[in-house]
Amino acid sequence: MKMNNSKRGKSGLKLKGFSIQFLPYSEIRNLDGEKRIRKILGIIRSNNILIMQGRLRPEEETKLITDAMSLISGSLKDFRGVELAVVSGSEERTFFSKLKQRMANALSGGDLGTITIVGPATIVKEIKKNPKKIELLLNK
Amino acid sequence: MPAKIFRNFFSRILSNIFRNKKEVKLGFYGPPNVGKTSLANRICKDFTGEEIGSVSKIPHETRNVQFKEKVEIEYKGKKMTFKLVDTPGIATKIDYEDFLKYKMKKGDAKSRAKEATQGIIESIKWLDDMDMVVVVLDATENPYNQVNITIIGNLVARKIPVLIIANKIDLKKADMKKIEAAFPEYEVIGISARYGENLEEFYESLFKLSKKV
Repeated sequence: MKMNNSKRGKSGLKLKGFSIQFLPYSEIRNLDGEKRIRKILGIIRSNNILIMQGRLRPEEETKLITDAMSLISGSLKDFRGVELAVVSGSEERTFFSKLKQRMANALSGGDLGTITIVGPATIVKEIKKNPKKIELLLNK
Repeated sequence: MPAKIFRNFFSRILSNIFRNKKEVKLGFYGPPNVGKTSLANRICKDFTGEEIGSVSKIPHETRNVQFKEKVEIEYKGKKMTFKLVDTPGIATKIDYEDFLKYKMKKGDAKSRAKEATQGIIESIKWLDDMDMVVVVLDATENPYNQVNITIIGNLVARKIPVLIIANKIDLKKADMKKIEAAFPEYEVIGISARYGENLEEFYESLFKLSKKV
C-alpha cells in the first residue's frame, strides 16, 4: 500500500520530494532476512519514509545497518544512511502479558503490535523517541 | 628416561593451568562519542599503564576495532584476565558534512566518513566473537535511540552477557533515572570515564557478570 499524493484520497500525504509508504507485515512475512532488507532499502532509496507493521529480528536490524553502510561507502551518490525507530504498542511487562504476547506473535508470525519507521537520512534528520511518543524531524 | 617422564608430567600440569586461565573477550559497544574508548583507556591505564586508543570530540574517532590483550583486572582480591575489544561507534547514518563543522577539510571529512562506515560493519561482525559486552551510553542523551536497542537485542539473541554503562555522569545534563527507566531489565551503572568516577561499582558488576560467561 502506498500513499504518495492527494489524488489518492484524504489519507494520502505528499511533502516535498518524498512520500510515505505503508508496508503491512503480510508483505514481508514470507521473505527471508536478505530479501526483507533488500525490499526495505529499495523503498528507502526511492526517497520514501517507510512505516512497516511489525519489526525486524535483531540480526535483520544489524543487517540493515551494515547494508546501509555499504551503500554509503559504495558509489551510491547522495545516500547518507537511514533513520530507524521501532515503536511498541504494549509496554506491559508482567509474566502473563509477555506470554500472551509471545503466543500471539507465534501465531501471526511476527510482532504485529509494533511498527517500524525507516527513512532516508537525507530526508529524516532525526526520529525522536520517548516511550509513548515519536517525532519525525525532517531536513530542510 | 625418568627425567623425561618427570618433564612431561610437569609440562602437562603447566599447560592445564594456562588452559584454565581463560582470557575473557570483553567488548565495548555503543553509539559514537559516548566514551567507549575513554572507558577502555581508563581500565587499560589502571591495570597495564598503557592506553588502547585516542579520543576526540569529533565523532567516529575510533574507526577500527582495537584490542588490548592479557589485561589482568584485580578487584577486592579477585583477578580476571580480559582481552579488551574497543569497537567503532555504531550509527545508522554517516554524513561527511557533519565533520565539516569541526573545521575538517572536505577530502579529510569524506575519507573519515568512508572509514567510519567500514568501522561500523567491522563492529557488527565482531559481535559474534564476544564473551561479554559493556554497552556504553551517554547519560546526557536520549536512551531510546534505536542503535542502543538494536545492540542490546543482538546481544540477547546471541546470549552474550550485557552490562549497561551510562557514561558522563559528571555532566549537569546527565539523567540516570531516564536511562534506568529505558532498560528496566538491566542493571545500569553510572560512571564518569573522564574522571574515573564510580569505577568501583563498575568492576564489581563486571566480576558479577563474568560468572555468566
